[in-house]
Amino acid sequence: MKEQAIDIAVIGGGPAGLAAAIAAAKAGVERIVIFDRQAELGGILNQCIHNGFGLRYFKEELTGPEYAARFIAQLAEYPQIEVKLETMVVELTADKQLITTSRRDGWNLYQAKAVILAMGCRERPRGAINIPGTRPAGVYTAGTMQRLMNIEGFRPGNRAVILGSGDIGLIMARRLTLEGIQVAAVLELLPYSCGLNRNVVQCLEDFDIPLYLSHTVVEICGEGRVTGVKAAPVGSDRRPILERSFMIDCDTLVLSVGLIPENELSREAGVQMEPSTGGPRIDTGCRTSVPGIFACGNVAHVHDLVDDVSEESRIAGIAAAAYVLGEESIANGQKRVKVVPGRNIRSVTPQEIVAGEPSALYIRVAFPERDVVVTAGSHRSKHRIVTPGETVRIVLRPEDIDFNAGVLPVAVEGGEVNA
Amino acid sequence: MLLNGTETDVLIIGAGVVGSALARELSRYQLRVLLVEKEVDVAFGTSKANSGIVHSGIHDHPGTLKAKLCVEGNRLYPQMAEELNVLYKQNGTLVVARDASECEMLGQLVNQGLLNGVSGVQVLGREELHRLEPNLNPDLAGGLLVPSGGIVIPFDLVYALVENAVANGVQLAVSTEVWQIRWEGGQFIVETNRGMVKTKYIVNAAGLGAAKVAGMIGDESFTIYARKGEEYLLDRRLEGYIQRTVFPLPTPESKGILIIPTVEGNIMLGPTAHRVDSFHDFSTSAAGWDEIFRFTQRLVPGLQASDVITSFSGLRAAGDTGDFIIRPSELNTHFIHVAGIESPGLTAAPAIARYVVELLEDAGLRMTAKRFFNPYRLVVRIRDLSLEDRDRLAVKCPAYANIVCRCEMVSEGEIRDAVRRGATTLDGVKLRTRSGMGRCQGGFCSPMVMRILMEELGLKPEEVTKNGPDSPLLFGNLRDNPSCPEKD
Ligand SMILES: Cc1cc2nc3c(=O)[nH]c(=O)nc-3n(C[C@H](O)[C@H](O)[C@H](O)COP(=O)(O)OP(=O)(O)OC[C@H]3O[C@@H](n4cnc5c(N)ncnc54)[C@H](O)[C@@H]3O)c2cc1C
Repeated sequence: MKEQAIDIAVIGGGPAGLAAAIAAAKAGVERIVIFDRQAELGGILNQCIHNGFGLRYFKEELTGPEYAARFIAQLAEYPQIEVKLETMVVELTADKQLITTSRRDGWNLYQAKAVILAMGCRERPRGAINIPGTRPAGVYTAGTMQRLMNIEGFRPGNRAVILGSGDIGLIMARRLTLEGIQVAAVLELLPYSCGLNRNVVQCLEDFDIPLYLSHTVVEICGEGRVTGVKAAPVGSDRRPILERSFMIDCDTLVLSVGLIPENELSREAGVQMEPSTGGPRIDTGCRTSVPGIFACGNVAHVHDLVDDVSEESRIAGIAAAAYVLGEESIANGQKRVKVVPGRNIRSVTPQEIVAGEPSALYIRVAFPERDVVVTAGSHRSKHRIVTPGETVRIVLRPEDIDFNAGVLPVAVEGGEVNA
Repeated sequence: MLLNGTETDVLIIGAGVVGSALARELSRYQLRVLLVEKEVDVAFGTSKANSGIVHSGIHDHPGTLKAKLCVEGNRLYPQMAEELNVLYKQNGTLVVARDASECEMLGQLVNQGLLNGVSGVQVLGREELHRLEPNLNPDLAGGLLVPSGGIVIPFDLVYALVENAVANGVQLAVSTEVWQIRWEGGQFIVETNRGMVKTKYIVNAAGLGAAKVAGMIGDESFTIYARKGEEYLLDRRLEGYIQRTVFPLPTPESKGILIIPTVEGNIMLGPTAHRVDSFHDFSTSAAGWDEIFRFTQRLVPGLQASDVITSFSGLRAAGDTGDFIIRPSELNTHFIHVAGIESPGLTAAPAIARYVVELLEDAGLRMTAKRFFNPYRLVVRIRDLSLEDRDRLAVKCPAYANIVCRCEMVSEGEIRDAVRRGATTLDGVKLRTRSGMGRCQGGFCSPMVMRILMEELGLKPEEVTKNGPDSPLLFGNLRDNPSCPEKD
C-alpha cells in the first residue's frame, strides 16, 4: 500500500467537485486529484436526463449530462488534475489524510495539503419519515428510481404514487409518465409545492397528474409488493387527519421527501456543522472550521440550481488554491462578520463573510410570503414571492456590510403570510 | 432441487435460530440430517426480527424451561460466537428503577436471578447508575447491572449456524414447505411442495407454524398465537450514547420496552407486545411508535425521533403454557416439538439444541460423534480488517476494494460471497452483509445489488425479489414494452 502526497484532494466529481478542481488548477495548483465512487464524472447530473440546467451559467438550456459534459471537456486542458473514478474515500482526518479504495488500485492512503468536500447529498429514506405499514417491495426513493430507470434501464413499477412535490418529485412524475408508468397521484405535506412553478405546470398539469396538497401517506399496504398506500389530509399542525384517509391503489411508492447533505466524512474530520443546512459551516471562501478543508455544492447546503453550485465551487477552488500556495494569509488578516438569521429565515449560506471576498448569500425562508423585502446589513431587495422551495440569492456589495459590527443580520420583512 | 425419496435420520422443520442451532448440534454426529424451510431463505421468520438480546436469565420464572435454557444458552454464547465468527458482545444488562418503591422491586429480581443461577448481579445506587450511563434520565433512582447480558445480530447467527451445519454435512432445502406427514412402517413419510422425504425422526421447530405442523400428525395438544413487537432502529451517529441494554422493571406480560445498543453501533428501541390475529401481519404503526417513543423518552430523554432510520416488527410465537414446549409428542415419541419459543428463544437456542439432542437420544436415536467436526465458520468483513489486510485481500480479489454499500462499508466481494453463501434475494444479501441497512436504507446500493444477483444467479430483472416470489422488485426492462401516452 502506497501513501501519496498531493496538493488538493477533491472528494466528489459532480458539478461541485469539477468546478472547484478546474478553478484550483487555473489558479496554479500542481497536483489535484478528484475522487468519485461512480464510474463516471458528473455525479447526480448523470441521472437527470431532463433539461433545465445551465440557464444562468451557460445561458442555454441543457440536460444534466450535457451540463456535466461542458466541465468534463475542460479537464483535458488541465493535466494537473487527475481523476480517480470508482474510488471511494472511506476516511478523512483533520490532518487531511484520506483512505481510499477502488477495484483497480486497492486500498490507498493520501496526504493532501487541502481538501475540498464536494460529496453532494443523499435522499431521506422511508425510515427517516417513519411511515407506518408493511415492508413490501416497491418503495423507492426518487434517486433510486432514477438510477433503476435511466441508468440500468429497468421498469421498477407500473403504477406509482409520489410523495413529495419538490422539483425532484415533480420531474419524476413526468419521467414515469413518459415511460408508461402511470402516476396515480403526487402527495405533498405542505399547503404548497416546494418545486419551481414551471415544473408544476410542465410535469403535472400538462399530464393531468393530480397533486394533493396538505396530504401525506399514513400507511403502506401490501405483503410482498406494494398494493396501495393510504393517504390522508393533514391539519395546520401537519398531523394527518386519519378519519379522512383514503386508499390509492399502486404498486410503487416513490419517496421524494428531501435531501440530506452527505457529511459523514466531514464529521469524521471534525468539521463544525450547521444544523440549519445540514452541511458544514462555511465562509465566503467555502472554508470550513478546519483549516485547509473547504466545502461546496450540495454537501454544504442543498441548492436548487446547478448554476449556483458551479459558481460557489469555483470560489472554493480558488480559496483552496490560495491556501495551498501560501496566499491564505491574505484572507486571514481580513475582517469577518457572522451572518445572523432573523425573521422568516430558515438558513443562510455562507455563515460568515470575509471582507474583500465576493458575497453571494443563499437564503432559504421558513414559510411562503408575498411582497417582502429581504434585508442583509444595509442591503434591501424586494421580492414578489418567497417560498421555502426556492432559495433567494442576493449579492452584497462591500458597502452593505459593516465589518466592524462583527455580525450581519439577515431577515425577511413585511409581506403577507401564505402566498 | 427435488427431494423425491430423500431418506434421512432427522428432519428438522423450520430454519430459524432454533432449527439451525439444532442442525449444527446434530452435525457433530454421524447422522443424515435434512433442514427444511418454507421461505426462500433461512432466518426469514421470527429469528430475523427481534431485539437481538442475549438475555441473562434474571427475568424468567424459576423452574421453567425458559429459565433453565436461557441461563445455559447465555453461557454457551461466547464460545459459539467465537467459533462461528458471529457479531456478539457481552455489553451487560441494566434494569432501572424510577423511584424508591421500584428500587425495592429490584431485590426480587436479584433473588429470582440467584434461583435461576445468574451470578454477578450488582445493585446500583443512583450515582453508580449515572456514572455507568451518563445519558440516562437523571431522575432514575437506581438499578441492577447483570454483566452476563449480551447482544447479537440474530440473523447473522442463523446464517452462521446453517453454513457451519452444511459444511459439516447437513442438507438444507429452502423454499420447501412441509404439507403432510404420515407414520408408515416405522418411519415418517413427509410430503412437501418439492417432493417426498422419508425420515426416522422429526423435530418441529416451525415457529409460528408449529401448531399446524403438530396437527399434521393429529397432535393438537397446544396452540400458538402471535404477539407482535415493533422495533425502531436509530442512526449510528448515536453509537456509544447508551452502552448497556436498558430495561425498565418488567410487567407480568413482558420485559417492557427497552433501549438496545446493537453490535453494529446503532441503538434500537422496542419492542411493543400486542397480540395479533394474523401470522402475516408485520406492519408497524403510528401507535406503536408513539408508545415506544413516549416510554423510552422517560429513560433516555436525549433520544430524538428524527434519528429513526428504519423500523420493523416481529411476531413472537407464543404457546399456551407460558413456557417453552419442548417434548416428544404424546402420539409419537419420534416426533419432538420445539414450540412456543418466544423470548428468550434466541438466547436459549444453543441450549435448546443440546436439550433436543438428549430427547432424541432418549427416543432411541443413536448418537455417534463424528471424527472430524469443523466448528468454525469464516467470513470476510472488510470493515473489521486493518488497512493492510484490506489491501492484501484487494490485490488477490479486487472486488473486495469496490464498495457497494457506502453507509455500512460493504464491498462487492462480500456481496458476491453472500450470494454464493445462499442469498437469493435483496433482503437475503442485506441480512448477510448489512448492505442497505445503513442510514440511506439501500437507496444507493440496491440497484447494484440487484445487478449482482442477476449476474450471479442468472436471473432476469423480473425474477429479482425483495424476499421471495411475491415481492418482485422490477417488471422487466423499460424498453421491453415501450409505451408513451399521448399528451393532449
Ligand atoms: C419483537 C421480538 C423481540 C424478541 N427479542 C428477543 C431477544 O432479545 N432475545 C431473545 O432471546 N429472544 C427474543 N425474541 C424471541 C426470539 O426471536 C424467538 O424466540 C426465536 O427467534 C424463535 O426462533 P424459531 O427458530 O423458533 O422461530 P422462527 O425463526 O420463526 O423459525 C421457524 C421457521 O419455520 C418455518 N416453517 C414454518 N412452518 C413450516 C413448514 N410447514 N415447512 C417448512 N418450514 C416451516 C418458518 O418459515 C420459519 O422460518 C424476540 C421475539 C420478537 C418477536
